[in-house]
Amino acid sequence: MIATTLSTIVIAMLAAGLLLALVQARRWRAGRAAEVDFVAGLKALPRRYLVDVHEVVARNSFNSRFHALTAGGFLASLVLIVALALPPLRHGAVWALLSLALAAMLAGGLMVGWRRRVERPAELSGGRFSRLPFALLAYAAAFLTVALDQTAGGLLPGWLALALVLVGAWGCAELVLGVWKGPLKHAVHGALHLVAHPRPLRFRDGAGRDSAIRPLDLEAPKLGTERPVDFDWNRLLGFDACVQCGRCETACPAYAAGLPLNPKKLIQDLVTALDEEGSDRSYAGHGHPGRPLGGVHGGPAEPVIGPMVHPDTLWACTTCRACVQECPMMIEHVDAVIDLRRFQTLELGATPGKAAGVLEELRATDNPGGRPLSRRLDWAVDLDLPVLAGKGGCDVLLWLGDGAFELRTQRSLRALVRLLRRAGVDFAVLGAEELDCGDVARRLGDEATFQDLARRNVTTLRRYRFDRIVTADPHALHTLRNEYRPFGLDVPVVHHTAFLLDLLREGLLKAETRLSDSVTYHDPCYLGRYNGEIDAPRALLDAIGLTRVEMERSGLRSSCCGGGGGAPLTDVAGERRIPDVRMDHARATGAATVAVACPNCALMLEGVVGPRPQVAEIAELVLAATEPRP
Amino acid sequence: MVEVAVLLSVGRHPASGRPRRAPLDAQALELALQLVESGHAARVHALHAGDPANPALRDYLGMGLDRLEVLDLPPGVDPVPALVARLRELAPTLVLAGAVAEGGEDSGMVPYLMARSLERPIVPDVVALELSGDGADLTQALPRGRRRLVGAGLPLVATLHGSAPAARQSAFARARRGSIDTLPADGVGDAFLEDCAARPWRARPRLMGARRGGTALDRLKAATETRAGQGRLMVQPSPEDAASAIYECLIEQGMIR
Ligand code: SF4
Ligand code: SF4
Repeated sequence: MIATTLSTIVIAMLAAGLLLALVQARRWRAGRAAEVDFVAGLKALPRRYLVDVHEVVARNSFNSRFHALTAGGFLASLVLIVALALPPLRHGAVWALLSLALAAMLAGGLMVGWRRRVERPAELSGGRFSRLPFALLAYAAAFLTVALDQTAGGLLPGWLALALVLVGAWGCAELVLGVWKGPLKHAVHGALHLVAHPRPLRFRDGAGRDSAIRPLDLEAPKLGTERPVDFDWNRLLGFDACVQCGRCETACPAYAAGLPLNPKKLIQDLVTALDEEGSDRSYAGHGHPGRPLGGVHGGPAEPVIGPMVHPDTLWACTTCRACVQECPMMIEHVDAVIDLRRFQTLELGATPGKAAGVLEELRATDNPGGRPLSRRLDWAVDLDLPVLAGKGGCDVLLWLGDGAFELRTQRSLRALVRLLRRAGVDFAVLGAEELDCGDVARRLGDEATFQDLARRNVTTLRRYRFDRIVTADPHALHTLRNEYRPFGLDVPVVHHTAFLLDLLREGLLKAETRLSDSVTYHDPCYLGRYNGEIDAPRALLDAIGLTRVEMERSGLRSSCCGGGGGAPLTDVAGERRIPDVRMDHARATGAATVAVACPNCALMLEGVVGPRPQVAEIAELVLAATEPRP
Repeated sequence: MVEVAVLLSVGRHPASGRPRRAPLDAQALELALQLVESGHAARVHALHAGDPANPALRDYLGMGLDRLEVLDLPPGVDPVPALVARLRELAPTLVLAGAVAEGGEDSGMVPYLMARSLERPIVPDVVALELSGDGADLTQALPRGRRRLVGAGLPLVATLHGSAPAARQSAFARARRGSIDTLPADGVGDAFLEDCAARPWRARPRLMGARRGGTALDRLKAATETRAGQGRLMVQPSPEDAASAIYECLIEQGMIR
């Protein structure tokens, strides 16, 4: 009798949950069509879940443990309870197995309770989520008692057993029907999102770190994303998978500096906007700094920017990908930001601050400063740089980037050139033929200008013979290496830190003087998170004998300097500036020098006032260390 | 409600020499669009005389114009008679233009010639404009940042000053959607312009004395400051003295070793 009641209730719950999930699915089916390989996605699901997602969750080992216990126990118990619907299976051994599963789940549930109710990290959202531990405990404890009792042969009076089944059933309803809105929807949506992920190549089965922005079809009737339904359906599914864990919030440099952007809230805004007459009144976490809750509203066919998300929120993002790196649900925040920006820039012409003027200059002169391209080499008149057009071919094409117009960057470029000369590298520059790579245009949503620059740069590059491109600018590196591929460029692009390391290892450069300072290395987002290169710069610093100390946030989990994504141009105001926050991290190490490997980082961090470590570009340090002994 | 005509020319970027929207004309268009948005004007007629295929015209469409009329004229032809003829047909209350363009002879005379042919008053260097009853209140920019309020009767020609509100951003999708209507026009060639050759000019790079050490501020100063009176002045030196001075300077600056 008890077994029948138990399995009937649970099967009914599961059926109801499935139905609700289907209703839920209709919301994202309203989005744009997207190419999804379901078969490959389904095949890859276990690996993506157990390897890729686990890798993210396990950064906090307590979480991954309770997750394994709770989810594992819950799923196993569901299977066993459904099996109990068949009378021949109502056997003591099955009941014992069920007890085991439920005991595991109970332990996990207690840990969840500890985290949600006792520890209570500030980034977690409350609301429906705070009921989660009760539901878990009710389900696990009540059914466990029943299962143990049945294993022992049914000692409890019938009414008590029935009452316990009802308590467990409430927990089950909360968990399963939670698919609708509550805590467990992420189990279903998260799995579906892993199957239909918009960037399948970023998983281990795709063997990549797929971080390039996708080209936009400029012939499309509407450019970019205006309303929720303008997103691809699997992007909407991705937003819906968000569990409000707040890991992105903790990682976001804009949030840390008090800029009006909280990636968790941004994703929740997009979820809210999927509902007709959606409003953020029931949102129970931290909002966008400086913006009150409850005032925004939206719907699937309403514009996102304006009524739902303030434009400042959109433009405060530095596209640093810290949120993407941290998100256990593999949500692609940056893609959403770029899609929304594209509509603002290409359709509305609403790029804020100095950005609009910079884009106009970029279109008219092919560099964001509006300077004559023939002046790109002015800083190096005395260095007499070989120009590729005059040489025809070379081993290494040195991509100077826009920094060649910048006093600060010229200093580090000079160091790099002298190192190349010292090592006898056969190199050349493009000179006036080098156009801006288009990084800033693309991040600001001006895909038209980006594609124009990309096409013309690729045409120039394909005219010449060279083995590889070396650049000191990670933004140019990422763009040339990853984002020019659809436009027909496929050459090795190397960051100067990796290149200099090779020169040292091959003995073409020799560290002569030991530098005595301690340094801390600031990872540029576009080298680290975007391209996974965090070791070469460190090895280079070690090779020249510097004592290296790490900042609290470093490597793939480094924090942005505030210089990416056109953020310095749109210049949204916050409580502090992002570089000031980052400099605090550097100060805390006590190192005398912050080594940087990106012209933007150098500019942003050198702009920090007050006592602080000095800022040095790695090439400058290497130059000093390889200076021949007098 | 009044109708506004805006004269739009093709500009030329000072650094790249590439065609673009002329900044002052874009500001004139901005003012016209604002008059429409605030309900003071019924319509904007955007006029250009020149090559309808010039891609820079799309920059104006990107500001939110639905259509742009182009009086099809070959290069080097005086645009004034064609523009005057078209403006007579349209009879707009207000004609707006930038105070000076960025190409051709760059004299800024077109609006004056136009005003004379149309027999209208012209108010130059306007930064703001309000329509009231049968007249207009215009704020004029004077040298050194001073402003003057001018009242004028309609119809009227006004030219925009650079400190008028900045032109809005040109959006790619709007530029693509807007249409360019070509009208046939005739004019006579300008023999003087046809004779002129244009070529880019640029200053030669100047090597800055490199200064090492010191604080970043010192280095920045050393690199950017113009140091007056620190050089050596030689009046009618002997060729040997002059040559050795130049030689020393080249060594000092690291040009030869
Ligand atoms: S977006 Fe990702 S990291 Fe951020 S709260 Fe949602 S699930 Fe967590
Ligand atoms: S990309 Fe960086 S700045 Fe933008 S939301 Fe994510 S963490 Fe914040």
